[in-house]
Amino acid sequence: MLESKIPEGPLEEKWNYYKSHTKLVNPANRKKIDIIVVGTGLAGSAIAASLGEMGYRVKSFCFQDTARRAHSVAAQGGVNACKNYKNDGDSVFRMFYDTLKGGDFRSREANVYRLAECSANLIDRAVAQGVPFGREYGGYLNNRSFGGVQVSRTFYARGQTGQQLLLGAYQALMRQVHAGHVQLSTRHEMLELVVIDGKARGVIVRNMETGAIERHGAHAVVLATGGFGKIYFLSTLAMGCNGSAIWRAHKKGALIANPSWTQIHPTSLPQSGEYQSKLTLMSESLRNDGRIWVPKKQDDQRPPNQIPEEERDYYLERRYPAFGNLTPRDIASRAAKERIDAGYGIGPLKNAVYLDFSKAISEQGEEKIREKYGNLFRMYQKITNVNAYTEPMRISPAAHFSMGGLWVDYELMTSIPGLYALGEANFADHGANRLGANSLLQACVDGYFIAPYTMANFLADEIRTGPIDTRHPAFEAAEEQVRDQLRMLETIQGKHPADYFHRQLGRILYDRCGLSRSAPGLESAITDIQQLRKEFYKQLYVPRGFAINAELEKAGRVADYLELGELMCHDALNRNESCGAHFREEYQTPDGEALRNDADFSFIAAWEWQGANNPPLLHKEPLHFEFVTPSVRSYK
Amino acid sequence: MRLRLKIWRQESNEITGRMESYELKEVNEEMSFLEMLDVLNEQLMQQGIRPVEFDHDCREGICGQCGVMINGEPHGPLQNTTTCQLHMRTFRDGEEIYIEPFRALAFPVKCDLKIDRSAFDRIIQSGGFISVDTGQAPEANSTRIPVPVAESAFDSAACIGCGACVAACKNTSAALFTSAKITHLAKLPQGKTEAQERVLHMVAQMDAEGFGHCTNTEACEAACPQEISVLNIARMNWEFNKAHIMRK
Ligand SMILES: Cc1cc2nc3c(=O)[nH]c(=O)nc-3n(C[C@H](O)[C@H](O)[C@H](O)COP(=O)(O)OP(=O)(O)OC[C@H]3O[C@@H](n4cnc5c(N)ncnc54)[C@H](O)[C@@H]3O)c2cc1C
Ligand code: SF4
Ligand code: FES
Repeated sequence: MLESKIPEGPLEEKWNYYKSHTKLVNPANRKKIDIIVVGTGLAGSAIAASLGEMGYRVKSFCFQDTARRAHSVAAQGGVNACKNYKNDGDSVFRMFYDTLKGGDFRSREANVYRLAECSANLIDRAVAQGVPFGREYGGYLNNRSFGGVQVSRTFYARGQTGQQLLLGAYQALMRQVHAGHVQLSTRHEMLELVVIDGKARGVIVRNMETGAIERHGAHAVVLATGGFGKIYFLSTLAMGCNGSAIWRAHKKGALIANPSWTQIHPTSLPQSGEYQSKLTLMSESLRNDGRIWVPKKQDDQRPPNQIPEEERDYYLERRYPAFGNLTPRDIASRAAKERIDAGYGIGPLKNAVYLDFSKAISEQGEEKIREKYGNLFRMYQKITNVNAYTEPMRISPAAHFSMGGLWVDYELMTSIPGLYALGEANFADHGANRLGANSLLQACVDGYFIAPYTMANFLADEIRTGPIDTRHPAFEAAEEQVRDQLRMLETIQGKHPADYFHRQLGRILYDRCGLSRSAPGLESAITDIQQLRKEFYKQLYVPRGFAINAELEKAGRVADYLELGELMCHDALNRNESCGAHFREEYQTPDGEALRNDADFSFIAAWEWQGANNPPLLHKEPLHFEFVTPSVRSYK
Repeated sequence: MRLRLKIWRQESNEITGRMESYELKEVNEEMSFLEMLDVLNEQLMQQGIRPVEFDHDCREGICGQCGVMINGEPHGPLQNTTTCQLHMRTFRDGEEIYIEPFRALAFPVKCDLKIDRSAFDRIIQSGGFISVDTGQAPEANSTRIPVPVAESAFDSAACIGCGACVAACKNTSAALFTSAKITHLAKLPQGKTEAQERVLHMVAQMDAEGFGHCTNTEACEAACPQEISVLNIARMNWEFNKAHIMRK
C-alpha cells in the first residue's frame, strides 16, 4: 500500500530525472485550478507564494492575526545550505550523509539527498528577497558551524534567522495577495478535511472572529501546519501550535508516520511553577562555550559559585570525552534527564542543570563572551532576573520538534490523493533525530522548490474537473461533524478548563513517552491517556456561546491531542529498539548508549486510524540503503 | 503578591466596552504578565465569568502578536520588552494595574484586549516586498553587501509588527512601522530598483488606513520592543520626497 514513488537511477540524478519527466500544467490552465494551503509558516507561505506566482488560484489560511506570526518566526540559530563558501570540503553528498547519519539512518536516502541538493538555491532565493544574512567584512555571506558537523554550512541572521526568512516568505505571499492570486484568511482554523471520491477536495474552517463555520473547496489541499510538540504542554512551541489539522486529516485516512519521534532540546529554561505556559529556548550555540554540570552531591543546597570545582560533575565531559558539551541534542538531553531523575537536579524544583560560562569568561574575557552571546544573556536576565556573567545559567530539556508527522511519498503527497503535507507537518527528512538548522531549510525547500513541481504532476489531471462544488454531501457531512463537535465541547459544562487536561497529558507524555521510554511505562501511559480522555469529555468546561472564544479553540486542540498522544505511545511501544530521539530503556548497551536494531526496525512506521476505541493499524515502509551503509553513531 | 486589576471588557466590536475590576490574591513574581492573565482567567471561569480575551502566541517576544496598554504604556513599563516578556517582579505587591487594548482608529477592538491590526498587512501588501519570483534569484554571493549596510538594514528589518508604536503615538501614526520596512528594503541593493514605487504606495496605503500623521514626538521609538529608531522615519520622508520629485 505504501508506495514511496522514489524515481529510479543514481542518487544524484533522481530529482533531475523526476523534474524532467513530471507532468506540467499549461499556464493558461493554471487559473482553472484552486489550491488550499493551510499554514503560513515558511512551508505554507513559500508554497502559496510560489503557486500564486505561477498563476494558480490559491486560498491560504492561518490561525494567527497575520501570516507573519507563524512559529517559524521563533527560530534563532540558522539555516543550513551546502554552498561550500568556506572551502572546507562541503558538498551535497556530505550534507546528505550528515543529515542521514544525524537521523540515525531512519529516513529515505532519496528525500534527504534532494534536501541537500536544493539547499543552495534557498540561500539565493532568500537573499534576493532581502533577507539580511550575516556577512563577512568583504561583503560576502558568512557561515558558522552548528550542531556538531565538521563544516561551516549554517547561514544566520543574528539570532533571528527564522524571523527574517519568514518575513521574506511573508512578503512574497503578500505580493501575491496584492496581485489577486492568493486569497488570505487569517484567524481561521482548519477543523476538517473534505474528501470526495478518495481525493482531498476542501476544508472546513472556523472563523475565529465571528465563529462562522465556512466551507472551502479546491482541487488539492496542502497542510503546512507545523509541529505538534505543544502536545507536551510545556514546550518551545507557540501557544497556538497544534496537531489538529494533521489529526483531522488522519481520521479521514491520511497515515501518520513515526509520531513518537520528538526532539527534546537540551538548552531551554526550566519550568519555574505550575502556572507556566511555555518554555523558552536558549540557543544551542551557548554550548560552544558553556560547560554543563550538576553537583556531585545529591540535593546540594549551596549556591553554584560556592560549590568547589572538585565537587562538580561535568557529566557530558565525563561520559563523552570526544564531544563533551557539544554532543548531539538527543544525547545531551537524555544525560541531563538521567542526572535530574537520579536526584542531582538543581534549582527550586530540582529540574535543571547548570550551564556555566566562568571558564570561558576567564579564558576569553567577558567582552568576548558578551560579543558572542550578549543578546542571549540579556534575554536570560529578562526572564530569570539572573546575571549569567556572574552565575551559571539554569537549563533543562524541553519538547521542541516533531520528526514525525503525516506520511508523505517522494512527491510530498500523503496517502490521500491530492492532500500534501509540507514542512514540520510531514515526517520526511529528519529520520529519528533532526540536525540543528535543517528544519528551516526543509520547510523552505518543500515550499519553494519541491511541491510546485510535484503538485503539477497531480494537478495536470484536474484541468477538466471544473470548480469544486461545496454543496456536495461530503461538505455537508464534514460541516455537520464540526458543528456537532463544537456544540458538544460547549455543552459538557464540567469543572475544568482545557489546560487542566492538557497539563496532565503533557506530564504523562514527558515522563513516559519523552526522553526515555519503556514498555511498561508506555502501556500504563496508554491506559492513563484513555482515562484522561474519558474525564475530559465529562469534566471539560468551555464558556458557552461566544464568537471569540479562546477556551473553545484550546478545547478542540486538546481533544485531538488526547488521541494523538495515545498514538505516539503505540508508536513508541511498537519500536523495540533505540534510535535517535527514541530511547527505549530495554535497548541500550551496558554503558547506557542507544542500541539500534537495523535487522528488525529499519522501516518507517505509518499508522492508520481505526476509530477511537480500536488500536491503530501499522503499515511498514521498509528503508533501503543503496548508496550508504548505516553505521553506528558514536560520540564517545 | 496581591494585585488589583482594572481590565477593559468588550464582548464584541458592536458593543461598547467598560473597565472591570478584579483581584488576584496569589501572584508569583516569576510569572510572566500573560501567565498572570492565564491565572486570572482560570479564576474567572471558576466564578462563571467570561475569561478575558487577549492576543499572544510565541510568548517569547518575537511573533508580535501580544501587546496591551499597561498603566497607559504599550507593553508596560520596561523598555524594549514585549508584554509576553514582562514579568510580575516589575510590579509591587498590592499594586493596581490598568490593562487596556492598543487604541487607534485603524486598530478596531475585536473583543476585550484583542484588536484588528490587519491594516499593517495591507501596508506591506501595497509594496513592502522585493518583486522576485521563485526561480529568478541569481547566485547569492554575486552581490557584495558591506557589513554596515547589511547590519543597518537588519536593524530596520527586526520590526515584529506589534503596533506598539501606533498605540504610543498621540496621533496614532504608523510611521515607525511603515518606515522600518521601507528602510530595510531601500538600503539593500536588491531593493533599490523598486524603492520609488514602494515608498509612494506604502505611504498612500498608510494614509488610507486612517493612521494619523507623524509630528516627530518620538514616543514610538521609546515604546518599540525592537528598538526601531525614528531615523527610519527620516529615511522614509527622504525616500518619499525623492520619489515624489522624480515622478514629476
Ligand atoms: C524556538 C524554536 C527555535 C527553532 N530554531 C530553529 C533553527 O535555528 N533552525 C532550524 O532549522 N529550525 C529551527 N526550529 C524549527 C523550525 O523553526 C520549524 O520546524 C519550522 O519553522 C516549521 O515551519 P512550518 O512552516 O512547517 O510551520 P510553522 O512555521 O509552525 O507554521 C505553521 C502554520 O500553520 C498554521 N496552522 C497550524 N494549525 C492550523 C490550523 N488547524 N488551521 C489553520 N492554520 C493552522 C499556523 O497558523 C502557521 O501559519 C526552531 C523551532 C522552535 C520552536
Ligand atoms: S516599529 Fe516597533 S513598535 Fe512598531 S510594530 Fe515594529 S516592532 Fe512594534
Ligand atoms: S506573544 Fe509573541 S511577541 Fe509576545
